[in-house]
Amino acid sequence: MKFELTTDQQDFAASLESLLAAADCVAAARSWAEGDHAAGLRLWERLAEQGLTMLATEASPVEVCVAFEALGRHAVPGPWVEAAAYLPVALGAEVEGVATVAMPRALDADVADAVYAVVDGTLHSATAGTAHTSVDRSRHLFDVTPGEAVAHGDLAAAYDLAVLATAAQLLGAGERVLADAVTYVKQRKQFGREIGSYQAIKHKLADVRIALDFARPLVHGAALDPTRRAVSAAKVACADAAYLASRTGLQVHGAIGYTQEFDLSVWITKIRALVTAWGTPGEHRARILETLRSA
Amino acid sequence: MDLELSESELAFQAEARAWLAANVPAEPLPSLDTAEGFVLHQAWEAKLAAERWSVVSWPKEYHGREASLVEWIIFEEEYYRAGAPLRVSQNGIFLLAPIIFEHGTPEQQDRFLPSMATGERVWAQCWSEPEAGSDLASLKSTARRDDERGGWVLNGQKIWCSRAALAQWGFGLFRSDPEAQKHAGLTYFLFPLDAEGVTVRPIAQLDGEEGFAEVFFDDVFVPDADVLGAPGDGWRVAMSTAGNERGLSLRSPGRFTAAADRLLDLYDEKPDPRVADRVVDAWLKAEAYRLYTWGTVTRLKDGGDIGAAGSVNKVWWSELDVALHETALDLLGPDAELESRWLDGYTFSLSGPIYAGTNEIQRNIIAERILGLPREPKGVQK
Repeated sequence: MKFELTTDQQDFAASLESLLAAADCVAAARSWAEGDHAAGLRLWERLAEQGLTMLATEASPVEVCVAFEALGRHAVPGPWVEAAAYLPVALGAEVEGVATVAMPRALDADVADAVYAVVDGTLHSATAGTAHTSVDRSRHLFDVTPGEAVAHGDLAAAYDLAVLATAAQLLGAGERVLADAVTYVKQRKQFGREIGSYQAIKHKLADVRIALDFARPLVHGAALDPTRRAVSAAKVACADAAYLASRTGLQVHGAIGYTQEFDLSVWITKIRALVTAWGTPGEHRARILETLRSA
Repeated sequence: MDLELSESELAFQAEARAWLAANVPAEPLPSLDTAEGFVLHQAWEAKLAAERWSVVSWPKEYHGREASLVEWIIFEEEYYRAGAPLRVSQNGIFLLAPIIFEHGTPEQQDRFLPSMATGERVWAQCWSEPEAGSDLASLKSTARRDDERGGWVLNGQKIWCSRAALAQWGFGLFRSDPEAQKHAGLTYFLFPLDAEGVTVRPIAQLDGEEGFAEVFFDDVFVPDADVLGAPGDGWRVAMSTAGNERGLSLRSPGRFTAAADRLLDLYDEKPDPRVADRVVDAWLKAEAYRLYTWGTVTRLKDGGDIGAAGSVNKVWWSELDVALHETALDLLGPDAELESRWLDGYTFSLSGPIYAGTNEIQRNIIAERILGLPREPKGVQK
């Protein structure tokens, strides 16, 4: 019984953190949103060199969660869940370059070297069609037309790892919004004192702290034993906690938080998109109930 | 990183499960806040103690079995899963005992711990006063020095004293130095509730039962031997229990995982799709609490301190408890208002966000000590 990250896992988290903190990920996300993928692809290569694209096949789901929490904390753009969680398990091998899969639309298919789709429980190659605009401007979503079937492994396991990776990404994004909100309310003064000294603000932020603190063990628990029920529980809890963080973060920032220019918008819109990506909270709650009743 | 139990922990779990299966009363005992139920719950404590199950983490000389923190969590999980009675002795074993172990003299440990372990002497907490609730340190009850008799003379009034209507002894803070600043000058006292000058007036709770009481002190003499810790050091001494109450010791996850399992059974009997998501959330929150606790245990095993995280814990379990029982009542439909185990649990759950430091106080602690937000300017104090 030792329910915390090992020293190696903590070191891995710290090295990703220092890489991403120095990389100006927000600028990469903003230019990615404008269709300029250069900075985002450089970041992709550096993260691939760190082993991110091989974690799903070579490491444990705990390392996958550590990585995706960092990706969420820094709002790294690109089809990471697709290329570094779903497809390596679905294809049984690390993905070379950028790849994506339609779930039901394909994220960033315009920049992917390979596009896949799932048809009746089997994996097919696919061609991107019409583009759609997401609330998260850095997520370009495409309809696809399936092509040839391709050999594949356990798609259910691939889906569950993708759900867990999305949960971890939400956890990181929620943590980032909370940290930025705390920094802001310590600086912003109204009526002659920091707004963070008012209980109305404190209690909202305390609730975010609580929600994130209880979402994290569900992520790590699911990483140790990634059953359908466990990954769905992690996704529901992280979506709820991150969404609470985003709503609270927006509220305590006031009008400045409502602008696209202020960086908080990058996380607020990403969290909104991820809450319903890879299964809505309603779908995951239904999955949990189903597994509990068949137990 | 792992959630595996060791072989000896699994053996401990099996032993606890078997004993509880063989010994837990088939029918629920009458409420421990009735005279009849109180005595039956004391007898249950004696039965637990006889086989060293009442205070598993205590030393063997005090009826314990020196169980580890992990084993204690396991025991609690098994205890609630087995549907065993509420612990009439919980104020003593969870709130007072940790202080006696930390601050008590060997003589006090020998004198107070064995009868606490067997349930023979039940303890009431006497913290709040009519004018001192969340702001506990503003308490006004006094302790006057009596050198001649070698002790102190207590005067004043305590209120919302859990178990005081039926318990034998109480513990609480009194102002022993009227000149000292607010948190200084308080002393921690232990006293029999039938001592001369003590008047106990039971108070009916929301459910009509006398689970707490007012206690009046009119020149009550307490010898030096019944002072816990140093005179004037009572605040520091008491705060070591406040952390325990909020944190791990009072509300182990087993209580909520067992309740969530019962909620799922209720959903099977009365499946109402309109309530399904809330049933899932109750299970999910209990599961999160179970896993979170293993994280806490890991930190404590490594010599960490629960600290302000105890406040995070307290808000979570108390709100989870209310939500879980509200969900059960919704499933019960028009029967929800009728007396039942679920209704009892619901009424009890409503006290959770209030006692052991209200959840508003806990959120202040989280915001100030964990998030590092500035303290709110306090009102003028006398």
